[in-house]
Amino acid sequence: MTRLHVDWTRCDGHGACAELVPELLASDEWGFPLSRTGERDPEVPVSLEEHADHAVRSCPLMALRLV
Amino acid sequence: MTTMTLSDTRRLLAAEPMGTLPRLSPDTLLALADDAGLTGRGGAGFPTAIKVRAVTQGRRAPVVVGNAMEGEPLSYKDAVLLTRVPYLVVDGLAIVARALGAHEAVLAVGPEIDPTAAIEAARTRGVQVAHLEGGFVAGQESALVNQLDGRPAIPGDPLVRVTTRGVYGRPTLVLNAETLAQLGLIARHGVAWFREAGLPEDPGTSLFSISGSVEHAGVVEAPRGSLLGDVLASAGPVHPVAVLVGGFHGAWVPATAPATRLTAHDLKPYGAAVGAGVLHVLGHDTCPIRMAAGIAGYLAEESAAQCGPCINGLPRMADALERLADRVPDPGLPSEIDRMRLLVTGRGACAHPDGTARMVASTMRVFADHVSRHLAGHCEIEGGRR
Repeated sequence: MTRLHVDWTRCDGHGACAELVPELLASDEWGFPLSRTGERDPEVPVSLEEHADHAVRSCPLMALRLV
Repeated sequence: MTTMTLSDTRRLLAAEPMGTLPRLSPDTLLALADDAGLTGRGGAGFPTAIKVRAVTQGRRAPVVVGNAMEGEPLSYKDAVLLTRVPYLVVDGLAIVARALGAHEAVLAVGPEIDPTAAIEAARTRGVQVAHLEGGFVAGQESALVNQLDGRPAIPGDPLVRVTTRGVYGRPTLVLNAETLAQLGLIARHGVAWFREAGLPEDPGTSLFSISGSVEHAGVVEAPRGSLLGDVLASAGPVHPVAVLVGGFHGAWVPATAPATRLTAHDLKPYGAAVGAGVLHVLGHDTCPIRMAAGIAGYLAEESAAQCGPCINGLPRMADALERLADRVPDPGLPSEIDRMRLLVTGRGACAHPDGTARMVASTMRVFADHVSRHLAGHCEIEGGRR
């Protein structure tokens, strides 16, 4: 099972991830990623793996990881 | 700081220095911690054996760290240990370090604690004492490892466990000062002796820091699983209304429930845990909302200012609580507090936002009547609207 992990020590709320995988992440009122599933690290369904991977590679602070 | 005792539980604070330290194999150490059912006394209450086992898995010799940062303002037990029986903590640390063939053993002492006695005790035991910078989150394991490694004392990403990669990149075992003292006593007196106090499922004793509306604040040693009322009685509570169990990240237990056992099971309905043994008594002359707002404001200030939700959410939550304490006529305040609490929970590198949210949630729940009266512009302690 793959999960999308936000490294909060790096995240600065650029918001690219929420744009690229809106099914898993929203943005809170300050622009920081907010899990849509209620899980700390949302589970990534197979159908979204490609999008999640794109989000990971697009984060300017490398704050996102698939774990 | 005064110390008090309940009957037959003067173990830690009456211990004599050891002569020669027992030499244990890693397996013996593990078996002792496991059979004793020892849990961490620093807050999280994690089984000590599991932590010890984690650093024996790697190929590199671990670093063992004694954690006496004691960043919780209501906790004094580690300070008492390090000034009254420093050799007990140092010897516990030395026994663990030797058993694990540690690369280094460091006792990390927070700025509020005088390290003199610990430095003296450590001199002949191969233990280094580091007198470090403090703050509420500085004692969090990864923050402590970061400070020992010369980086800012802020928490790291929890995905990288310090038991895998800690000080100098080595597997690092961080154990609270009291946990080490308990381990030292177990190594000396055995598992059966340790289990003579406490409950079968939660054995031994613990130190409790008692403060607030009491005749004499101080540290008391009591068996695990003692009744809340019994432990408090040693300090002489004065018109108690509720007890903040577990400190600033803890939760309230109403004073009408003195028969609550200080166990995970009995405290769970209140959202509380024994944690590091902090018991703060709220008296009838203090507004609970005012008190909680003060704590929430302090915790917002103490954020490591690293994670967005904590930086933004904690001040907003504290501010709403402050306005509620001031009886600002805004019926939307409780829902704003709730929204902020849920927004910060589970979102950050460490448990600081979660702990703060826990204390706030408990305040709103336990003092719901008081909240209603504040919204109507009245507080029976502070009077009418400000």
